[in-house]
Amino acid sequence: MSASGLILAGVDGDRTWGLQDYVARGGYSALRKIISEKIPPETIIAELKASSLRGRGGAGFPTGLKWSFMPRSFPGAKYLACNSDEGEPGTFKDRDILRYNPHTVIEGMTIAAYAMGCERGYNYIHGEIFEVYERFEAALAEARAAGLLGQKILGSEFSFELFAHHGYGAYICGEETALLESIEGKKGQPRFKPPFPASYGLYGKPTTINNTETFASVPFIINMGGEGFLNLGKPNNGGTKLFSVSGHVNRPGNYEIAMGTPFAELLEMAGGMRGGRKLKAVIPGGSSAPVLSGSVMMDCTMDYDSISKAGSMLGSGAVIVMDETTCMVKALERLSYFYFEESCGQCTPCREGTGWLYRVVHRIENGLGRKEDLDLLNSVTGNIMGRTICALGDAASMPVQSFIKHFGSEFEYHIENKKCLVPPEVQYEGSQIYVRP
Amino acid sequence: MLSQESLQQIDREIAKYPPDQKQSAVMSALRIAQVEKGWLPKELIEFVASYLDMPAIAAYEVASFYNMYDLEPVGRHKITVCTNLPCALSGGVHAADYLKEKLGIEFNETTPDGKFTLKEGECMGACGDAPVMLVNNHHMCSWMTKEKIDQILAELESK
Repeated sequence: MSASGLILAGVDGDRTWGLQDYVARGGYSALRKIISEKIPPETIIAELKASSLRGRGGAGFPTGLKWSFMPRSFPGAKYLACNSDEGEPGTFKDRDILRYNPHTVIEGMTIAAYAMGCERGYNYIHGEIFEVYERFEAALAEARAAGLLGQKILGSEFSFELFAHHGYGAYICGEETALLESIEGKKGQPRFKPPFPASYGLYGKPTTINNTETFASVPFIINMGGEGFLNLGKPNNGGTKLFSVSGHVNRPGNYEIAMGTPFAELLEMAGGMRGGRKLKAVIPGGSSAPVLSGSVMMDCTMDYDSISKAGSMLGSGAVIVMDETTCMVKALERLSYFYFEESCGQCTPCREGTGWLYRVVHRIENGLGRKEDLDLLNSVTGNIMGRTICALGDAASMPVQSFIKHFGSEFEYHIENKKCLVPPEVQYEGSQIYVRP
Repeated sequence: MLSQESLQQIDREIAKYPPDQKQSAVMSALRIAQVEKGWLPKELIEFVASYLDMPAIAAYEVASFYNMYDLEPVGRHKITVCTNLPCALSGGVHAADYLKEKLGIEFNETTPDGKFTLKEGECMGACGDAPVMLVNNHHMCSWMTKEKIDQILAELESK
Protein backbone atom coordinates (compact mmCIF):
# COMPACT_ATOMS: atom_id res chain seq x y z
CA MET A 1 0.00 0.00 0.00
CA SER A 2 1.28 3.40 -0.80
CA ALA A 3 -0.33 6.77 -1.33
CA SER A 4 -3.59 8.10 -0.01
CA GLY A 5 -6.59 9.86 -1.50
CA LEU A 6 -10.14 9.19 -0.32
CA ILE A 7 -10.49 5.46 0.02
CA LEU A 8 -7.00 4.95 1.35
CA ALA A 9 -6.90 8.17 3.37
CA GLY A 10 -5.86 7.68 6.97
CA VAL A 11 -5.16 4.05 6.33
CA ASP A 12 -1.56 3.12 6.53
CA GLY A 13 -1.18 -0.05 8.43
CA ASP A 14 -2.78 -3.16 9.77
CA ARG A 15 -4.22 -1.50 12.84
CA THR A 16 -6.66 0.87 11.22
CA TRP A 17 -9.06 -1.47 9.47
CA GLY A 18 -11.45 -1.86 12.41
CA LEU A 19 -14.82 -0.22 13.00
CA GLN A 20 -13.65 2.16 15.69
CA ASP A 21 -10.96 3.70 13.50
CA TYR A 22 -13.26 3.78 10.50
CA VAL A 23 -15.85 5.72 12.47
CA ALA A 24 -13.11 8.06 13.72
CA ARG A 25 -12.26 8.76 10.08
CA GLY A 26 -15.90 9.75 9.48
CA GLY A 27 -17.04 6.26 8.53
CA TYR A 28 -20.75 5.33 8.44
CA SER A 29 -21.73 9.02 8.49
CA ALA A 30 -23.14 8.68 4.97
CA LEU A 31 -25.32 5.73 5.98
CA ARG A 32 -26.45 7.51 9.15
CA LYS A 33 -27.35 10.59 7.16
CA ILE A 34 -29.40 8.61 4.64
CA ILE A 35 -31.30 6.77 7.33
CA SER A 36 -31.88 9.69 9.70
CA GLU A 37 -32.91 12.07 6.91
CA LYS A 38 -34.86 9.35 5.09
CA ILE A 39 -33.21 10.35 1.82
CA PRO A 40 -35.21 8.87 -1.07
CA PRO A 41 -33.46 6.18 -3.16
CA GLU A 42 -33.96 8.27 -6.32
CA THR A 43 -31.90 11.08 -4.78
CA ILE A 44 -29.04 8.70 -4.06
CA ILE A 45 -29.06 7.37 -7.62
CA ALA A 46 -29.18 10.96 -8.92
CA GLU A 47 -26.08 11.81 -6.84
CA LEU A 48 -24.31 8.75 -8.23
CA LYS A 49 -25.13 9.88 -11.76
CA ALA A 50 -23.94 13.42 -11.02
CA SER A 51 -20.66 12.05 -9.67
CA SER A 52 -19.77 10.41 -12.99
CA LEU A 53 -18.54 7.40 -11.05
CA ARG A 54 -17.73 4.68 -13.55
CA GLY A 55 -17.29 1.00 -12.73
CA ARG A 56 -13.85 0.44 -11.27
CA GLY A 57 -13.62 -3.24 -12.15
CA GLY A 58 -12.59 -2.68 -15.73
CA ALA A 59 -15.58 -1.94 -17.92
CA GLY A 60 -16.04 1.67 -16.76
CA PHE A 61 -19.83 1.52 -17.00
CA PRO A 62 -21.60 4.46 -15.29
CA THR A 63 -22.59 3.22 -11.85
CA GLY A 64 -25.65 5.46 -11.37
CA LEU A 65 -27.07 4.23 -14.64
CA LYS A 66 -26.49 0.60 -13.67
CA TRP A 67 -28.31 1.15 -10.38
CA SER A 68 -31.25 2.71 -12.18
CA PHE A 69 -31.75 -0.53 -14.16
CA MET A 70 -32.82 -2.39 -11.03
CA PRO A 71 -36.57 -2.90 -10.92
CA ARG A 72 -37.20 -1.41 -7.48
CA SER A 73 -40.85 -2.35 -7.43
CA PHE A 74 -40.17 -5.98 -8.35
CA PRO A 75 -41.82 -8.08 -5.67
CA GLY A 76 -39.61 -10.65 -4.00
CA ALA A 77 -35.91 -11.01 -3.45
CA LYS A 78 -33.36 -8.72 -5.04
CA TYR A 79 -29.64 -9.21 -4.59
CA LEU A 80 -26.47 -7.22 -4.49
CA ALA A 81 -23.05 -8.64 -5.29
CA CYS A 82 -19.60 -7.18 -4.88
CA ASN A 83 -16.95 -8.38 -7.27
CA SER A 84 -13.71 -8.75 -5.30
CA ASP A 85 -12.51 -11.60 -7.49
CA GLU A 86 -9.41 -9.72 -8.43
CA GLY A 87 -7.23 -11.92 -10.62
CA GLU A 88 -6.45 -9.84 -13.67
CA PRO A 89 -2.65 -9.83 -13.88
CA GLY A 90 -1.44 -6.46 -12.63
CA THR A 91 -4.49 -5.68 -10.49
CA PHE A 92 -4.20 -5.69 -6.70
CA LYS A 93 -6.21 -2.71 -5.45
CA ASP A 94 -9.31 -4.46 -4.09
CA ARG A 95 -7.11 -6.55 -1.82
CA ASP A 96 -5.76 -3.38 -0.19
CA ILE A 97 -9.20 -1.80 0.10
CA LEU A 98 -10.56 -4.92 1.78
CA ARG A 99 -7.68 -5.43 4.16
CA TYR A 100 -7.13 -1.80 5.12
CA ASN A 101 -10.60 -0.30 4.79
CA PRO A 102 -13.23 -3.07 4.66
CA HIS A 103 -15.94 -0.98 6.30
CA THR A 104 -16.05 1.47 3.43
CA VAL A 105 -17.11 -1.44 1.19
CA ILE A 106 -19.70 -2.57 3.74
CA GLU A 107 -21.07 0.97 4.04
CA GLY A 108 -21.09 1.43 0.26
CA MET A 109 -22.91 -1.86 -0.28
CA THR A 110 -25.44 -1.05 2.43
CA ILE A 111 -26.21 2.30 0.80
CA ALA A 112 -26.50 0.54 -2.57
CA ALA A 113 -28.90 -2.00 -1.07
CA TYR A 114 -31.00 0.84 0.34
CA ALA A 115 -31.05 2.62 -3.04
CA MET A 116 -32.01 -0.47 -5.01
CA GLY A 117 -34.20 -2.27 -2.49
CA CYS A 118 -31.93 -5.31 -2.07
CA GLU A 119 -32.37 -7.39 1.05
CA ARG A 120 -29.28 -9.56 0.75
CA GLY A 121 -25.79 -9.26 -0.67
CA TYR A 122 -22.59 -11.21 -1.15
CA ASN A 123 -19.02 -10.07 -1.47
CA TYR A 124 -17.21 -12.53 -3.71
CA ILE A 125 -13.55 -12.52 -2.68
CA HIS A 126 -10.66 -13.97 -4.69
CA GLY A 127 -9.70 -17.34 -3.16
CA GLU A 128 -5.98 -16.64 -3.18
CA ILE A 129 -6.40 -13.80 -0.69
CA PHE A 130 -8.05 -15.97 1.93
CA GLU A 131 -6.63 -13.93 4.80
CA VAL A 132 -8.47 -10.91 3.39
CA TYR A 133 -11.68 -12.95 3.23
CA GLU A 134 -11.26 -13.71 6.92
CA ARG A 135 -10.68 -10.05 7.71
CA PHE A 136 -13.79 -9.05 5.76
CA GLU A 137 -15.81 -11.57 7.77
CA ALA A 138 -14.46 -9.99 10.96
CA ALA A 139 -15.47 -6.53 9.70
CA LEU A 140 -18.97 -7.85 8.90
CA ALA A 141 -19.28 -9.15 12.45
CA GLU A 142 -18.29 -5.74 13.82
CA ALA A 143 -20.86 -3.97 11.64
CA ARG A 144 -23.61 -6.40 12.64
CA ALA A 145 -22.82 -6.03 16.33
CA ALA A 146 -23.01 -2.24 15.99
CA GLY A 147 -26.44 -2.36 14.32
CA LEU A 148 -25.03 -1.08 11.04
CA LEU A 149 -25.88 -4.26 9.17
CA GLY A 150 -28.61 -6.88 9.45
CA GLN A 151 -32.20 -6.43 10.56
CA LYS A 152 -33.58 -2.92 11.20
CA ILE A 153 -30.38 -1.05 10.53
CA LEU A 154 -29.81 1.84 12.99
CA GLY A 155 -33.31 1.27 14.31
CA SER A 156 -34.99 1.95 10.95
CA GLU A 157 -37.25 -0.30 8.89
CA PHE A 158 -34.40 -0.98 6.48
CA SER A 159 -32.75 -4.40 6.66
CA PHE A 160 -29.83 -5.75 4.69
CA GLU A 161 -27.90 -8.98 5.20
CA LEU A 162 -24.38 -9.14 3.80
CA PHE A 163 -22.07 -12.16 3.61
CA ALA A 164 -18.67 -13.07 2.24
CA HIS A 165 -18.22 -15.79 -0.36
CA HIS A 166 -14.80 -16.92 -1.54
CA GLY A 167 -13.55 -18.14 -4.88
CA TYR A 168 -10.96 -20.90 -5.08
CA GLY A 169 -8.80 -20.30 -8.10
CA ALA A 170 -10.66 -19.35 -11.27
CA TYR A 171 -9.97 -16.06 -13.04
CA ILE A 172 -13.20 -16.37 -15.01
CA CYS A 173 -15.29 -15.78 -11.87
CA GLY A 174 -14.40 -12.10 -12.18
CA GLU A 175 -16.88 -12.11 -15.08
CA GLU A 176 -20.11 -11.05 -13.43
CA THR A 177 -22.39 -13.87 -14.55
CA ALA A 178 -19.70 -16.50 -13.87
CA LEU A 179 -19.44 -14.96 -10.41
CA LEU A 180 -23.18 -15.48 -9.90
CA GLU A 181 -22.94 -19.09 -11.06
CA SER A 182 -20.11 -19.56 -8.59
CA ILE A 183 -22.16 -18.14 -5.70
CA GLU A 184 -24.87 -20.61 -6.69
CA GLY A 185 -22.32 -23.39 -6.08
CA LYS A 186 -21.56 -24.23 -9.68
CA LYS A 187 -18.66 -24.12 -12.11
CA GLY A 188 -17.94 -20.51 -12.94
CA GLN A 189 -19.06 -20.48 -16.54
CA PRO A 190 -20.49 -17.20 -17.86
CA ARG A 191 -24.13 -16.96 -18.81
CA PHE A 192 -25.42 -15.77 -22.12
CA LYS A 193 -26.65 -12.17 -21.98
CA PRO A 194 -29.43 -11.04 -22.26
CA PRO A 195 -31.10 -11.52 -19.88
CA PHE A 196 -28.88 -9.19 -17.89
CA PRO A 197 -28.41 -9.65 -14.14
CA ALA A 198 -30.69 -6.68 -13.38
CA SER A 199 -33.58 -8.84 -14.56
CA TYR A 200 -32.22 -12.38 -14.09
CA GLY A 201 -29.29 -12.55 -11.69
CA LEU A 202 -28.45 -14.53 -8.57
CA TYR A 203 -30.92 -17.41 -8.09
CA GLY A 204 -32.81 -15.93 -11.05
CA LYS A 205 -33.63 -12.71 -9.18
CA PRO A 206 -32.76 -9.10 -10.08
CA THR A 207 -29.14 -8.50 -9.09
CA THR A 208 -26.63 -5.69 -9.34
CA ILE A 209 -22.92 -6.43 -9.36
CA ASN A 210 -20.29 -3.76 -8.78
CA ASN A 211 -16.57 -3.80 -8.16
CA THR A 212 -15.13 -3.37 -4.66
CA GLU A 213 -13.63 0.04 -5.38
CA THR A 214 -16.92 1.21 -6.90
CA PHE A 215 -18.78 0.40 -3.67
CA ALA A 216 -15.95 1.89 -1.63
CA SER A 217 -16.44 5.22 -3.44
CA VAL A 218 -20.15 5.45 -2.61
CA PRO A 219 -19.93 6.79 0.99
CA PHE A 220 -17.65 9.60 -0.21
CA ILE A 221 -20.09 10.55 -2.96
CA ILE A 222 -22.92 10.78 -0.44
CA ASN A 223 -20.80 12.85 1.94
CA MET A 224 -19.35 15.31 -0.55
CA GLY A 225 -22.20 15.22 -3.07
CA GLY A 226 -22.04 13.93 -6.61
CA GLU A 227 -20.67 17.19 -7.91
CA GLY A 228 -17.94 17.38 -5.30
CA PHE A 229 -16.76 13.88 -6.23
CA LEU A 230 -16.86 14.65 -9.94
CA ASN A 231 -14.75 17.75 -9.42
CA LEU A 232 -11.98 15.68 -7.87
CA GLY A 233 -11.43 14.19 -11.30
CA LYS A 234 -12.38 15.56 -14.67
CA PRO A 235 -15.63 15.64 -16.68
CA ASN A 236 -16.98 12.17 -17.53
CA ASN A 237 -14.20 10.72 -15.32
CA GLY A 238 -15.25 11.56 -11.77
CA GLY A 239 -13.37 11.10 -8.56
CA THR A 240 -10.13 9.56 -7.46
CA LYS A 241 -9.04 6.13 -8.56
CA LEU A 242 -6.65 3.53 -7.29
CA PHE A 243 -3.88 2.57 -9.66
CA SER A 244 -1.94 -0.62 -9.04
CA VAL A 245 1.57 -0.06 -10.33
CA SER A 246 3.65 -3.20 -10.86
CA GLY A 247 6.72 -4.22 -12.80
CA HIS A 248 9.94 -2.31 -13.28
CA VAL A 249 9.42 0.60 -10.88
CA ASN A 250 11.17 1.37 -7.62
CA ARG A 251 8.03 1.36 -5.46
CA PRO A 252 5.35 -0.99 -6.81
CA GLY A 253 2.07 -0.45 -4.98
CA ASN A 254 -1.34 1.20 -5.02
CA TYR A 255 -1.63 4.91 -5.59
CA GLU A 256 -4.94 6.72 -5.24
CA ILE A 257 -4.90 9.79 -7.44
CA ALA A 258 -7.36 12.13 -9.11
CA MET A 259 -8.63 10.96 -12.46
CA GLY A 260 -6.76 12.85 -15.15
CA THR A 261 -3.39 12.87 -13.38
CA PRO A 262 -0.53 12.59 -15.92
CA PHE A 263 1.03 9.14 -16.20
CA ALA A 264 4.46 10.74 -15.71
CA GLU A 265 3.35 11.88 -12.24
CA LEU A 266 2.09 8.42 -11.32
CA LEU A 267 5.39 6.91 -12.46
CA GLU A 268 7.19 9.43 -10.28
CA MET A 269 5.03 8.51 -7.27
CA ALA A 270 5.91 4.87 -7.84
CA GLY A 271 9.56 5.82 -7.46
CA GLY A 272 10.41 6.07 -11.13
CA MET A 273 12.06 3.42 -13.27
CA ARG A 274 14.03 0.74 -11.46
CA GLY A 275 17.77 1.20 -11.78
CA GLY A 276 17.14 4.34 -13.83
CA ARG A 277 16.51 2.15 -16.88
CA LYS A 278 14.54 3.27 -19.89
CA LEU A 279 10.78 2.81 -20.10
CA LYS A 280 9.86 0.48 -22.94
CA ALA A 281 6.19 -0.39 -22.66
CA VAL A 282 3.18 -0.06 -20.39
CA ILE A 283 0.00 -2.07 -20.11
CA PRO A 284 -2.23 0.63 -18.60
CA GLY A 285 -5.32 -1.28 -17.49
CA GLY A 286 -4.56 -4.87 -16.54
CA SER A 287 -3.23 -7.66 -18.74
CA SER A 288 -6.26 -7.63 -21.03
CA ALA A 289 -5.72 -4.03 -22.08
CA PRO A 290 -3.69 -3.35 -25.22
CA VAL A 291 -0.03 -2.57 -24.53
CA LEU A 292 1.27 0.91 -25.36
CA SER A 293 4.80 2.03 -26.07
CA GLY A 294 6.48 3.96 -23.29
CA SER A 295 6.65 7.19 -25.30
CA VAL A 296 2.91 7.16 -26.06
CA MET A 297 2.18 6.45 -22.42
CA MET A 298 4.28 9.39 -21.22
CA ASP A 299 1.84 11.71 -23.04
CA CYS A 300 -1.28 10.17 -21.45
CA THR A 301 -3.26 11.22 -18.43
CA MET A 302 -4.75 8.51 -16.22
CA ASP A 303 -8.47 8.54 -17.06
CA TYR A 304 -10.84 6.53 -19.23
CA ASP A 305 -10.91 9.00 -22.12
CA SER A 306 -7.18 9.72 -22.47
CA ILE A 307 -6.11 6.07 -22.36
CA SER A 308 -8.87 5.11 -24.74
CA LYS A 309 -7.76 7.80 -27.18
CA ALA A 310 -4.23 6.40 -27.06
CA GLY A 311 -5.62 3.04 -28.17
CA SER A 312 -5.90 1.12 -24.93
CA MET A 313 -8.21 0.87 -21.93
CA LEU A 314 -8.00 2.17 -18.37
CA GLY A 315 -9.58 -1.13 -17.36
CA SER A 316 -9.06 -1.89 -13.70
CA GLY A 317 -6.27 0.69 -13.36
CA ALA A 318 -3.51 -1.90 -13.27
CA VAL A 319 -0.39 -0.33 -14.69
CA ILE A 320 2.25 -2.88 -15.68
CA VAL A 321 5.53 -1.11 -16.36
CA MET A 322 8.21 -2.75 -18.50
CA ASP A 323 11.71 -1.43 -19.08
CA GLU A 324 14.21 -2.00 -21.87
CA THR A 325 15.35 -5.35 -20.43
CA THR A 326 11.97 -6.90 -21.28
CA CYS A 327 11.56 -9.25 -24.20
CA MET A 328 8.11 -8.48 -25.57
CA VAL A 329 7.71 -11.94 -27.08
CA LYS A 330 8.40 -13.58 -23.75
CA ALA A 331 6.06 -11.14 -21.99
CA LEU A 332 3.25 -11.99 -24.41
CA GLU A 333 4.00 -15.70 -24.15
CA ARG A 334 3.36 -15.58 -20.40
CA LEU A 335 0.12 -13.65 -20.78
CA SER A 336 -1.11 -15.97 -23.53
CA TYR A 337 -0.40 -18.96 -21.33
CA PHE A 338 -2.54 -17.34 -18.61
CA TYR A 339 -5.60 -16.97 -20.85
CA PHE A 340 -5.14 -20.49 -22.22
CA GLU A 341 -5.02 -21.81 -18.65
CA GLU A 342 -8.00 -19.75 -17.50
CA SER A 343 -10.41 -20.17 -20.42
CA CYS A 344 -13.44 -21.92 -18.93
CA GLY A 345 -13.81 -24.08 -22.01
CA GLN A 346 -17.43 -23.28 -22.68
CA CYS A 347 -17.03 -21.60 -26.09
CA THR A 348 -15.00 -23.32 -28.81
CA PRO A 349 -13.35 -20.16 -30.26
CA CYS A 350 -11.90 -19.27 -26.85
CA ARG A 351 -11.12 -22.79 -25.62
CA GLU A 352 -9.28 -23.74 -28.82
CA GLY A 353 -8.15 -20.26 -29.84
CA THR A 354 -6.34 -19.44 -26.61
CA GLY A 355 -4.41 -22.70 -27.04
CA TRP A 356 -3.44 -21.71 -30.57
CA LEU A 357 -2.34 -18.26 -29.43
CA TYR A 358 -0.15 -19.66 -26.67
CA ARG A 359 1.41 -22.39 -28.79
CA VAL A 360 2.28 -20.07 -31.66
CA VAL A 361 3.77 -17.35 -29.42
CA HIS A 362 5.61 -20.10 -27.53
CA ARG A 363 7.22 -21.42 -30.68
CA ILE A 364 8.27 -17.92 -31.78
CA GLU A 365 9.84 -17.33 -28.36
CA ASN A 366 11.66 -20.65 -28.63
CA GLY A 367 13.18 -20.01 -32.05
CA LEU A 368 10.73 -22.17 -33.99
CA GLY A 369 8.62 -19.35 -35.39
CA ARG A 370 7.58 -19.33 -39.03
CA LYS A 371 7.26 -16.38 -41.39
CA GLU A 372 3.48 -16.71 -41.56
CA ASP A 373 3.04 -16.84 -37.78
CA LEU A 374 2.19 -13.19 -37.22
CA ASP A 375 -0.60 -13.38 -39.80
CA LEU A 376 -1.72 -16.61 -38.21
CA LEU A 377 -1.89 -14.98 -34.78
CA ASN A 378 -3.93 -12.09 -36.13
CA SER A 379 -6.23 -14.50 -37.91
CA VAL A 380 -6.79 -16.55 -34.74
CA THR A 381 -7.63 -13.41 -32.73
CA GLY A 382 -10.07 -12.40 -35.47
CA ASN A 383 -11.78 -15.75 -35.09
CA ILE A 384 -12.08 -15.42 -31.32
CA MET A 385 -13.16 -11.82 -30.87
CA GLY A 386 -16.88 -11.21 -30.74
CA ARG A 387 -17.63 -14.92 -31.10
CA THR A 388 -17.79 -15.95 -27.47
CA ILE A 389 -20.25 -15.62 -24.61
CA CYS A 390 -18.01 -13.50 -22.42
CA ALA A 391 -15.07 -11.13 -22.83
CA LEU A 392 -12.27 -13.55 -21.89
CA GLY A 393 -11.72 -14.37 -25.56
CA ASP A 394 -11.36 -10.68 -26.38
CA ALA A 395 -9.13 -10.24 -23.34
CA ALA A 396 -6.82 -12.97 -24.64
CA SER A 397 -6.77 -11.48 -28.14
CA MET A 398 -6.12 -7.82 -27.39
CA PRO A 399 -2.64 -8.34 -25.91
CA VAL A 400 -1.65 -10.44 -28.94
CA GLN A 401 -2.88 -7.86 -31.43
CA SER A 402 -1.34 -4.91 -29.62
CA PHE A 403 2.03 -6.55 -28.91
CA ILE A 404 2.34 -7.37 -32.62
CA LYS A 405 1.12 -3.92 -33.62
CA HIS A 406 3.52 -1.96 -31.43
CA PHE A 407 6.45 -4.35 -31.18
CA GLY A 408 6.12 -6.27 -34.45
CA SER A 409 9.76 -5.81 -35.37
CA GLU A 410 10.78 -7.65 -32.20
CA PHE A 411 8.59 -10.59 -33.18
CA GLU A 412 10.02 -10.56 -36.73
CA TYR A 413 13.56 -10.48 -35.35
CA HIS A 414 12.75 -13.53 -33.24
CA ILE A 415 11.38 -15.43 -36.22
CA GLU A 416 14.28 -14.55 -38.53
CA ASN A 417 17.17 -14.87 -36.10
CA LYS A 418 15.74 -17.59 -33.84
CA LYS A 419 16.73 -15.54 -30.84
CA CYS A 420 15.74 -12.49 -28.88
CA LEU A 421 16.53 -8.89 -29.67
CA VAL A 422 17.20 -8.33 -25.98
CA PRO A 423 20.26 -10.44 -24.99
CA PRO A 424 19.40 -13.22 -22.49
CA GLU A 425 21.81 -11.91 -19.87
CA VAL A 426 20.13 -8.48 -20.01
CA GLN A 427 16.71 -10.09 -19.56
CA TYR A 428 18.05 -12.21 -16.73
CA GLU A 429 19.36 -9.17 -14.92
CA GLY A 430 16.15 -7.21 -15.46
CA SER A 431 13.93 -9.92 -14.00
CA GLN A 432 15.94 -10.51 -10.81
CA ILE A 433 14.19 -10.82 -7.48
CA TYR A 434 13.40 -7.25 -6.51
CA VAL A 435 14.44 -6.38 -3.00
CA ARG A 436 12.65 -3.29 -1.76
CA PRO A 437 15.05 -0.65 -0.53
CA MET B 1 -16.19 -38.67 7.46
CA LEU B 2 -15.49 -35.14 8.69
CA SER B 3 -14.90 -33.94 12.22
CA GLN B 4 -17.62 -32.30 14.27
CA GLU B 5 -15.70 -29.03 14.05
CA SER B 6 -15.57 -29.14 10.25
CA LEU B 7 -19.28 -29.93 10.06
CA GLN B 8 -20.05 -26.98 12.32
CA GLN B 9 -18.00 -24.74 10.04
CA ILE B 10 -19.92 -26.03 7.03
CA ASP B 11 -23.21 -25.37 8.83
CA ARG B 12 -22.16 -21.77 9.40
CA GLU B 13 -21.51 -21.45 5.66
CA ILE B 14 -24.89 -22.95 4.76
CA ALA B 15 -26.58 -20.34 6.96
CA LYS B 16 -25.24 -17.56 4.69
CA TYR B 17 -27.55 -18.58 1.86
CA PRO B 18 -31.32 -18.82 1.41
CA PRO B 19 -32.68 -22.08 2.92
CA ASP B 20 -33.35 -23.65 -0.48
CA GLN B 21 -29.86 -22.83 -1.77
CA LYS B 22 -27.60 -25.09 0.27
CA GLN B 23 -25.51 -25.85 -2.81
CA SER B 24 -24.11 -22.32 -2.59
CA ALA B 25 -22.01 -23.51 0.34
CA VAL B 26 -20.22 -26.14 -1.74
CA MET B 27 -17.09 -24.06 -2.36
CA SER B 28 -16.61 -23.42 1.33
CA ALA B 29 -17.54 -26.96 2.27
CA LEU B 30 -14.96 -28.43 -0.12
CA ARG B 31 -12.38 -26.00 1.24
CA ILE B 32 -13.14 -27.00 4.83
CA ALA B 33 -13.01 -30.70 3.91
CA GLN B 34 -9.68 -30.21 2.13
CA VAL B 35 -8.17 -28.38 5.09
CA GLU B 36 -9.07 -31.28 7.37
CA LYS B 37 -8.06 -34.14 5.09
CA GLY B 38 -5.23 -32.58 3.06
CA TRP B 39 -6.84 -33.29 -0.32
CA LEU B 40 -10.18 -34.27 -1.84
CA PRO B 41 -10.59 -37.95 -2.63
CA LYS B 42 -13.75 -38.90 -4.54
CA GLU B 43 -15.47 -40.29 -1.45
CA LEU B 44 -14.97 -37.02 0.39
CA ILE B 45 -16.47 -35.02 -2.48
CA GLU B 46 -19.44 -37.41 -2.48
CA PHE B 47 -19.84 -36.95 1.25
CA VAL B 48 -19.84 -33.14 0.90
CA ALA B 49 -22.40 -33.42 -1.91
CA SER B 50 -24.75 -35.55 0.14
CA TYR B 51 -24.35 -33.25 3.13
CA LEU B 52 -25.52 -30.38 0.91
CA ASP B 53 -28.27 -32.41 -0.80
CA MET B 54 -26.72 -31.98 -4.22
CA PRO B 55 -25.72 -34.54 -6.86
CA ALA B 56 -22.19 -35.86 -6.40
CA ILE B 57 -21.32 -35.01 -9.99
CA ALA B 58 -22.22 -31.35 -9.39
CA ALA B 59 -19.80 -31.18 -6.45
CA TYR B 60 -17.15 -32.96 -8.49
CA GLU B 61 -17.61 -30.41 -11.29
CA VAL B 62 -16.89 -27.64 -8.79
CA ALA B 63 -13.90 -29.44 -7.25
CA SER B 64 -12.35 -30.00 -10.68
CA PHE B 65 -13.09 -26.52 -12.04
CA TYR B 66 -11.37 -24.39 -9.38
CA ASN B 67 -7.64 -24.95 -9.27
CA MET B 68 -7.04 -24.59 -5.51
CA TYR B 69 -8.83 -27.86 -4.81
CA ASP B 70 -6.43 -30.79 -4.82
CA LEU B 71 -7.89 -33.91 -6.37
CA GLU B 72 -4.68 -35.81 -5.77
CA PRO B 73 -2.59 -36.08 -2.61
CA VAL B 74 -0.12 -33.24 -2.04
CA GLY B 75 2.75 -32.83 0.38
CA ARG B 76 2.13 -31.59 3.90
CA HIS B 77 2.87 -28.08 2.67
CA LYS B 78 1.79 -26.88 -0.74
CA ILE B 79 3.72 -23.91 -2.05
CA THR B 80 2.35 -22.02 -5.02
CA VAL B 81 4.49 -19.38 -6.71
CA CYS B 82 3.11 -16.80 -9.09
CA THR B 83 5.12 -16.54 -12.32
CA ASN B 84 2.67 -14.38 -14.25
CA LEU B 85 4.03 -11.33 -16.07
CA PRO B 86 3.87 -8.63 -13.35
CA CYS B 87 5.47 -11.01 -10.84
CA ALA B 88 8.02 -12.23 -13.40
CA LEU B 89 9.19 -8.63 -13.91
CA SER B 90 10.07 -8.50 -10.21
CA GLY B 91 11.66 -11.93 -9.85
CA GLY B 92 8.76 -14.40 -9.69
CA VAL B 93 10.50 -16.86 -12.01
CA HIS B 94 13.81 -16.53 -10.16
CA ALA B 95 12.04 -17.18 -6.86
CA ALA B 96 10.41 -20.28 -8.35
CA ASP B 97 13.78 -21.47 -9.66
CA TYR B 98 15.30 -21.01 -6.23
CA LEU B 99 12.49 -23.05 -4.64
CA LYS B 100 12.97 -25.81 -7.22
CA GLU B 101 16.68 -25.89 -6.46
CA LYS B 102 16.19 -25.87 -2.67
CA LEU B 103 13.52 -28.55 -2.68
CA GLY B 104 15.04 -30.58 -5.51
CA ILE B 105 11.72 -30.83 -7.32
CA GLU B 106 9.98 -29.33 -10.35
CA PHE B 107 6.49 -27.82 -10.49
CA ASN B 108 3.71 -30.30 -9.67
CA GLU B 109 6.12 -32.57 -7.81
CA THR B 110 6.37 -33.54 -4.15
CA THR B 111 9.57 -34.02 -2.18
CA PRO B 112 10.35 -37.71 -1.43
CA ASP B 113 9.72 -37.13 2.30
CA GLY B 114 6.19 -35.93 1.48
CA LYS B 115 6.73 -32.55 3.08
CA PHE B 116 6.52 -30.13 0.16
CA THR B 117 4.62 -29.83 -3.10
CA LEU B 118 5.52 -27.05 -5.51
CA LYS B 119 2.95 -25.48 -7.85
CA GLU B 120 3.06 -22.73 -10.44
CA GLY B 121 0.28 -20.26 -9.76
CA GLU B 122 -1.67 -17.80 -11.82
CA CYS B 123 -2.36 -14.24 -10.74
CA MET B 124 -3.10 -14.01 -7.02
CA GLY B 125 -4.00 -10.34 -7.11
CA ALA B 126 -0.90 -9.27 -5.17
CA CYS B 127 1.42 -8.18 -7.99
CA GLY B 128 2.73 -5.20 -6.03
CA ASP B 129 4.22 -7.61 -3.48
CA ALA B 130 6.12 -9.69 -6.04
CA PRO B 131 7.67 -12.20 -5.72
CA VAL B 132 4.68 -13.77 -4.01
CA MET B 133 4.03 -17.29 -2.80
CA LEU B 134 1.02 -18.93 -1.27
CA VAL B 135 1.52 -21.49 1.49
CA ASN B 136 -1.18 -24.15 1.83
CA ASN B 137 -3.64 -22.05 -0.19
CA HIS B 138 -4.39 -19.61 2.59
CA HIS B 139 -1.24 -17.89 3.72
CA MET B 140 0.29 -15.35 1.38
CA CYS B 141 3.97 -14.51 1.66
CA SER B 142 5.01 -11.21 0.10
CA TRP B 143 8.34 -9.80 -1.07
CA MET B 144 10.09 -13.13 -1.24
CA THR B 145 13.87 -13.03 -1.23
CA LYS B 146 16.16 -16.04 -1.08
CA GLU B 147 16.67 -15.41 2.63
CA LYS B 148 12.95 -15.22 3.33
CA ILE B 149 12.31 -18.37 1.33
CA ASP B 150 14.98 -20.16 3.40
CA GLN B 151 13.36 -18.94 6.58
CA ILE B 152 9.82 -19.96 5.60
CA LEU B 153 10.94 -23.39 4.42
CA ALA B 154 12.76 -23.92 7.73
CA GLU B 155 9.64 -22.97 9.69
CA LEU B 156 7.43 -25.25 7.61
CA GLU B 157 9.95 -28.09 7.89
CA SER B 158 9.27 -28.35 11.61
CA LYS B 159 5.48 -28.23 11.26
